[in-house]
Amino acid sequence: MEILLREAIPLLKGALATVEMLFGLLALGLLMGLLFALVQVYGRPVFRLGVSVVELTLRGVPALVLLMLVFFGVLKFEVPFIAIAIVTLGVRSSAYQSQIFKGAIESVESSQMEAAKAIGLTKVQAILHIILPQAIRFSIGPWTNEYSTETKLVSLAYVVGVIDILRQARYIIQYTYGNELVLYSVIAVFYFILNRIGTAALYALEDKLYVPGFKRRGT
Amino acid sequence: MSRDLREEGPKLQTNVVLIVNDIYKHFGDLEVLKGISFSIREGKTKAIIGPSGSGKSTLLRCINWLTPPDRGRILLSGVEIGSSTIPIAKFRQQIGMVFQHFNLFVHLSALENVRLCLRKVKGMSKKDATERAIQLLARVGLSDKATSYPAQLSGGQQQRVGIARALALDPKIILFDEPTSALDPELIGEVLGIITDLARGQTTMLVVTHEMGFAQSVCDELIFMEAGKIVEQGPPNALLFNPTQERTRAFLGKINELYAHGSGE
Repeated sequence: MEILLREAIPLLKGALATVEMLFGLLALGLLMGLLFALVQVYGRPVFRLGVSVVELTLRGVPALVLLMLVFFGVLKFEVPFIAIAIVTLGVRSSAYQSQIFKGAIESVESSQMEAAKAIGLTKVQAILHIILPQAIRFSIGPWTNEYSTETKLVSLAYVVGVIDILRQARYIIQYTYGNELVLYSVIAVFYFILNRIGTAALYALEDKLYVPGFKRRGT
Repeated sequence: MSRDLREEGPKLQTNVVLIVNDIYKHFGDLEVLKGISFSIREGKTKAIIGPSGSGKSTLLRCINWLTPPDRGRILLSGVEIGSSTIPIAKFRQQIGMVFQHFNLFVHLSALENVRLCLRKVKGMSKKDATERAIQLLARVGLSDKATSYPAQLSGGQQQRVGIARALALDPKIILFDEPTSALDPELIGEVLGIITDLARGQTTMLVVTHEMGFAQSVCDELIFMEAGKIVEQGPPNALLFNPTQERTRAFLGKINELYAHGSGE
């Protein structure tokens, strides 16, 4: 076990890289996902079609294959590996997140938009102040699921050379000629905790945003 | 537009709030409105009565362009809605609307429901808007419910918030789309009471309703609609007790029958 103390710093650095990638890709996916969802619900047909094609493609190809494609696609431009991972996985996540937000926006009663228009709000104001605040509340549940998926998927960044927690562990295993079980157990626990912390935070957010009349998980 | 104004007389230009001129609307093969024309003067209350499916609600929705009409014109204080370069939202800010199913913003408290348009449409400061919203809630008797969310309010209370929300923008006219039809009988009175107060206070209103007692005692004029057309219009007593059209008589006969049964006589 002393190996963990001795190698704590590289492992922590790797963990930090993993967390950075996770938050980076989720944030990118959130922004693009929301935008895609708004286009799919309110956009002109040609934009809706464009977004649908992108979204179906991203959801239809394995994450590992996407990473390989982008990695070799940008090989000669010397893009930092971590950027490749964040952008590729983030854009991929946006396809899934767009479906979450699209569903949530569509679950807001159409009468809410009508009432918003009737009091003289513009469509953009109505979306910002009436539709999205309700849709966000609907989407936290499914989004928690997406968070959980991405915490595990982010380990794929290993294959494009990112020095994440997994690669640091590999290094330690290689030059100590052993300790596989110890290190992989530590990593398993790390991902598990990362998953639980985020999920708990999202549940807390759901509770904080709760207003009477909205459904919460398990209700 | 000059033609209608001449017909109504020269001084009307100052006090006709709404002119509806030859409105047509169809959904697919179904022609819902077939040439509706009427006008409302400032401070007056008109009720639209008629059987279900006669196009009453569609007519209201055409007026504030939630359902743009196919043909015809709507003029608000002499300005035509929908044809000018003025955005529709600008007109809607001057037309209050109260919905059958209240349509309160479900994620906002009663206070926030009323305050939203004051902040976003009128651009008032949070403090001023809150003050005004509290006043409006007091006016509909809901001072103690300001922090309640729609799901925590009864239907009658929700509808009163809906009325406060419609009043917030000081509209030139308020449209009521069957404001009591979704309410339990014992809650109808509180909502009609508010509308009656508004009528006494010279608020210009157009009310689609099935409440004949209310239509008779509060409204200045009734419009009877059937199958997308205005069959007859006039002062309540004339229309209710001395209708000139056979179809009006038939409709009122059915209503009377219903009331007779309802009260167990």
